[in-house]
Amino acid sequence: MSVTPAFEAAKRAGRAALVGYLPAGFPTVDESIAAIETMIDSGCDVIEVGLPYSDPVMDGHAIQRAAAMALAGGCRTREVLRVVEAVAGKGVPILVMTYWNPIERYGVDAFARDFAAAGGAGLITPDLIPDEAAEWIAASDAHDLDRVFLVAPSSTKERIALTVNACRGFVYAQSIMGITGARDSTSSAAPGLVERTRAATDLPIGVGLGVRDGDQAAEVATFADGVIVGSAMVSCLLDAPDEKAGRKALGSLTAELAEGVARGAG
Amino acid sequence: MTEPVTGPDARGHWGQFGGRFVPEALVAALDELDAAYRKAMADETFTAEFDRMLREYANIPSPLYHAERLSREVGVRVLLKREDLNHTGAHKIRNVLGQALLTKRLGKNRIIAETGAGQHGVASATAAAYLGLDCTVYMGAEDCRRQALNVARMKMLGAEVIPVTAGSQTLKDSINEALRDWVSSVDNTHYLLGTAAGPHPFPVLVRDLVSGIGREARAQCLDMIGRLPNAVTACVGGGSNAMGIFHAFVPEESVALYGFEAGGKGLDTGKHAARLVVGNQGVLHGARSYLMQDDDGQIIESYSISAGLDYPSVGPEHAWLKESGRATYEAVTDAEAMDAFQRLCRTEGIIPALESAHALAGALRLAPVLRERHGDDAVVMVNLSGRGDKDMETAATYFGLTEDAA
Repeated sequence: MSVTPAFEAAKRAGRAALVGYLPAGFPTVDESIAAIETMIDSGCDVIEVGLPYSDPVMDGHAIQRAAAMALAGGCRTREVLRVVEAVAGKGVPILVMTYWNPIERYGVDAFARDFAAAGGAGLITPDLIPDEAAEWIAASDAHDLDRVFLVAPSSTKERIALTVNACRGFVYAQSIMGITGARDSTSSAAPGLVERTRAATDLPIGVGLGVRDGDQAAEVATFADGVIVGSAMVSCLLDAPDEKAGRKALGSLTAELAEGVARGAG
Repeated sequence: MTEPVTGPDARGHWGQFGGRFVPEALVAALDELDAAYRKAMADETFTAEFDRMLREYANIPSPLYHAERLSREVGVRVLLKREDLNHTGAHKIRNVLGQALLTKRLGKNRIIAETGAGQHGVASATAAAYLGLDCTVYMGAEDCRRQALNVARMKMLGAEVIPVTAGSQTLKDSINEALRDWVSSVDNTHYLLGTAAGPHPFPVLVRDLVSGIGREARAQCLDMIGRLPNAVTACVGGGSNAMGIFHAFVPEESVALYGFEAGGKGLDTGKHAARLVVGNQGVLHGARSYLMQDDDGQIIESYSISAGLDYPSVGPEHAWLKESGRATYEAVTDAEAMDAFQRLCRTEGIIPALESAHALAGALRLAPVLRERHGDDAVVMVNLSGRGDKDMETAATYFGLTEDAA
């Protein structure tokens, strides 16, 4: 199931799509499944499931901590596939965001096969650029999976063209030169980057890194097709006194963000 | 016959190794660095200035020294390339001066560096002070404890030292933190990577900056004995000192190249950093190489008595030298390294870095083989990549000398 119908439906509704991120296995495998269900029920149009990794160079404090907890709890690639299988089929496409080494170790084609069988939509690969992605491009073609590469404020026109041509599903515009983490203000670079990317592709463009509340989501939704939220959602669970309170906070935040993306486009 | 060793290609690949596995945000900076470095290396004003800094500031070329007493003991001629005599006490000063000079050429005013043992951090802080750059060093909290004196040195030189508390609190986590910083600061900051690893162009850039070690040693050896050595040995952490001495000898098929990794407490204990010997292929810190990883591709923490060798990946050119058969890689345990360490102290009055003690231990292991192959004339050259002052606490504890003093 590609993300394409979800982006199209949001567009028909005159709004941006809300893309929510949570690492699999955080705080436990079963609780991550419950939390993702909460995100789906509260208004996420697309889910990014993080594959916990020992060396997450693109991630800030919140996601690092969550990934470390997931790993300590024994969550590995097979458990990630279990999470995908559990939350797929609820009408919301499931992407996995993953650093590259665990996929290579599993076997690129084997992962693509098993992930597609679990109902997954595609991969977001923060440390794999199209230049090095020949094996993944072949595997994702073979198993009909979305391929989401990133563009950044520092990307040249040539690199944006190269990247969007390799993408399928949507393009992930990294709105700031930095790592994941909620910020007080959204990026001034993001609108320009989205404009430059839009000139190169008809694919939807999602903007991520730094969004933490409904107002920011509304702001990003004025120029992007998708608003991606990660650390702020992870923090709902990290900061909560217990699982129930965490899911409640997560549901409230998701609803607020969903309201934001609708307001922004309106 | 070995395969011809060439490379890297224009995108930084040696065979399947190397490349760029990085966030897109860093690609522009890597491209900029690649272009600037190629231009600088072809620019005589840059190379002349680099040479002048090495000569006048860093005490380079370092001597090639015939360790006569040790040679008599082991039955082959042992030549030591004395990189320990360089300013700041290791081969690393070559790399940092070169990259700091490039930083200025790039119009940037800040460097960040990662450090394990502290040698690269001290060298970076030194180069920053010398060239008037701001300097931030990421160092694992565990390493900060192991190498407190080097932390003080860096601060004395004006650098900011940030202890890294994530993960295993060692070198690999410091590299992660430095990469995080760099993604956020790339406009005014150069990441002064400390070894011949990481994304292209770092492996080839660092190799080229330190390759004077091998060029000097080759010429010095010809002067001293009228021929090349039978073997060259070096320790391999990230791999810069080894690439530095190997590079000039790679085309010389008569010279056997040996890299020695940290065997730690033994390969069967899992407490080691022998990636090329028992690791497998994967991607970490921007390049494809050999790694220590589990069945799920999660990185395993490495171990060595030497913080400088305690790293779960290795520079991609070493992976290629292994794959092509041009170089041989073996593991040396902590115990073997410490024996070699003590032996050099007692026979030559030279206290080597624990890293370099691995290269020496490897040479001592090879000595009987070389003697059998080449007779009385056998010559082994050891890259004595650094001095052991920084490791005295570890060594004193290991040999029980602290209790004697009390």
